[in-house]
Amino acid sequence: MSSDTRPATPMSRQIAEHRSLLDRALGLPKLVLVALSVALIGFVISQILIGYMVVSGQLDGKWYDIRDFGNAMVSLSDAINSSGMDSRIASTLTYLIPTLLGATGIVSVVGGWLLIGPWAERRLLAKFQIRQGPNRTGPFGLLQSLADALKLMQKEIIIPRGADRFLYFAPPIAVFIPAILGWAPIPWSPKMSYADLDVGVLFVIAISSLGVLAVFMAGWASNNHYSLLGAMRTIAMMISYEIPISVSLLAVVLLTGSTKLSEIVMWQSEQGVWLIMLIPFAALAFLFASTAEINRTPNDIGEAESEIVAGFYTEYSGMKAGLFMAVELGNAILVGALMSTFFLGGYTFFGLETWIPGYLILATKIGLVYFLFVWIRATLPRFRLDQLMGFAWKFLIPVSIALMFLTAIESSILVRWDAPSFLSLGLIALVNVAAAVGLTFVWMRVLFRDTDLSAPPAPILTRKMGGLQAAKVLRG
Amino acid sequence: MESETALYVNYLPVLLGGVVGFILVFTALIGARLLAPFSEENQKSTTYECGMLPIRRASTNIGMRFYLYAILFIVFDVEVIFIFPWAMSFLNVGVFAYWLMVLFIGVLALSLGYAWKKGALQWR
Repeated sequence: MSSDTRPATPMSRQIAEHRSLLDRALGLPKLVLVALSVALIGFVISQILIGYMVVSGQLDGKWYDIRDFGNAMVSLSDAINSSGMDSRIASTLTYLIPTLLGATGIVSVVGGWLLIGPWAERRLLAKFQIRQGPNRTGPFGLLQSLADALKLMQKEIIIPRGADRFLYFAPPIAVFIPAILGWAPIPWSPKMSYADLDVGVLFVIAISSLGVLAVFMAGWASNNHYSLLGAMRTIAMMISYEIPISVSLLAVVLLTGSTKLSEIVMWQSEQGVWLIMLIPFAALAFLFASTAEINRTPNDIGEAESEIVAGFYTEYSGMKAGLFMAVELGNAILVGALMSTFFLGGYTFFGLETWIPGYLILATKIGLVYFLFVWIRATLPRFRLDQLMGFAWKFLIPVSIALMFLTAIESSILVRWDAPSFLSLGLIALVNVAAAVGLTFVWMRVLFRDTDLSAPPAPILTRKMGGLQAAKVLRG
Repeated sequence: MESETALYVNYLPVLLGGVVGFILVFTALIGARLLAPFSEENQKSTTYECGMLPIRRASTNIGMRFYLYAILFIVFDVEVIFIFPWAMSFLNVGVFAYWLMVLFIGVLALSLGYAWKKGALQWR
C-alpha cells in the first residue's frame, strides 16, 4: 500500500466525498436555516389547525376542502346555476368546465410523470447496479427527461421506402390516446373521478386491447422484417395475457358485485380489507399479465433489443419513436393506478384518507407499484416467447378460471352468512391462499409429469475442481 | 330518453379526453416538424437491416402459430365478455346459474384441451 490515501477511481472518490442531504442542509447560511425552521413551524401549526377543522367537521363539502377537488366543482356548478344565467347555457357550463378541467388534470398528471418517470427509473436502476445514473442535467439530474424530449424533437423523422404512408403515420397517435383514456374511470377521491362509468371494468379491458391495433399497424406499415416479427410477437403475447387480466378482474367483480371502479374502492374501504389479501392469486396474475400487456421486463420480448433491434418500432425515428417510449412509461403508471384501485384499496388507506388527500395516497401507491416494476426490471432476465405463451395458456388461464369459480361460491356465502366481517373475510382469505398454493402445486405436477426436474449434472470443471470452493481457495 | 342522456353524460368526457390526448400528441409532432431538419436523400430511406440491403418486401408469410393463438384468443375473450353480466347478477339468480356457467366454461375448456392435445400450444 502506498502512503497516498486518496481513493483510486473517480467513482470511489465520489463515494468517499459524498455528504448526506442533512449535512449539506446544515452547511447552509444561518439566515436560510432560520427561515426554513420558521417555515417548518408554520407548516406544523397550520396542519394542527387543519386537523382541528377536519375533526370538528367544518371542512366537509366546502370548496376549500382540497382533500377532494370534487367539492370545488360542486360549489362552482352551484354558483353558475344560481347566477341567473339562461338554464341551457348554465347546464352546458356546469358540464363542460369540470370536464375540461379534469381532462387537463389527467393530461398534466401523465405529462408530469413523463418528465419525472424516466429519470426516476434510470436513477433507481443505477442504484441497483451501484452506478450514479443521470446526475448532470439540473439538480440531481432532474431535467434529464426534458433534455431527452428536446433532443428527440430535433431529430429528423425518416419515412422508410415502401412504407404505407397512412398506416405509418397513425400508430404513435393511436397508441398514445388509449394511455390517456385509461385514466378516465379511475377515482382519485370520493367525488373526484373524471368519468365514473357504470361499466368501468369493461371500459378498462376495452381500452387496454386498443394498443394491439397500433402495434399491428406499426409493424405492418414499416416494411421491415424486424418490425413485422416484433409486432407479431407482441400481438401474440398481448392477446394471450389479456384473458388472465379479464379473469382476475372477474374475481374482483364477483366479490364486490359492481363494475364501477368507485364502488369497488368503496367496498374495500367499507370491509376494511384490500382485495389483494382476499384474492392474492388474481392480484399476482393481474400484475404479471399487465407487465406482458405493457411490454415491460421480464416480458419485453416485443422489443428485445438483443434479438430484433427495437421490435415493432424499429423504423420509427425522432419524436415518433419518442412517443412509443413515452407510452411505455405512461402505461406503466396506468397499470399502477389500476392495480392500486382494484387490489390495493385505491385512494383509501384504512381511514387515513380523512387526514391526507385521497389522490396523494393513490399517487403513493402508484409510485410503489412503479418501483416494483423497476425492481423487477433490475432483477429478472427476459423470458423466452414459448415459455411466456405456455405460461399464459397452460397455467394462468386454467388456474385463474378455477379459482374464479371458488370466488363465486365464496361471494354467495359471504352475502348470506351473518358472521362478523373479520371472521368471514379471514376465512375467505385463508381458503383462497390455500387453494391457490395447492392448485398451483398440483397443476405444476400434472404439467411436468413427463419432465425430468432433477438438477442437471454439474459441468466437468466444477466436478473436478469443486466449483465455488476451488475459486475461494485459488483467490486465497 | 332518460337513459340516453345518462349515456351521453357518462361518455362525452371520455371523447373529450381522447381529443385532449390527440392535441397533446399532435403538439409534440408539430414541434418535431418545426424543430427537426428534413432533407431529401435517397439512401437514407432504405429500411433497417444489418449492414446490407433488405431482401424483398417485409410483408411475407407469418408463422401459423400466431393464427392459432388468435383463434383461441377470440374464443376466450368473447367468453369473458359473456361472463361479466353473469358475475354481476349471479347472486340474484342462484345455484342454477352457477352450474350453467360451469357447463359453459367446461365446453370451452374442452376446446382448449383439444387444441392443447393437437399441439396448438406447442411452439416449434
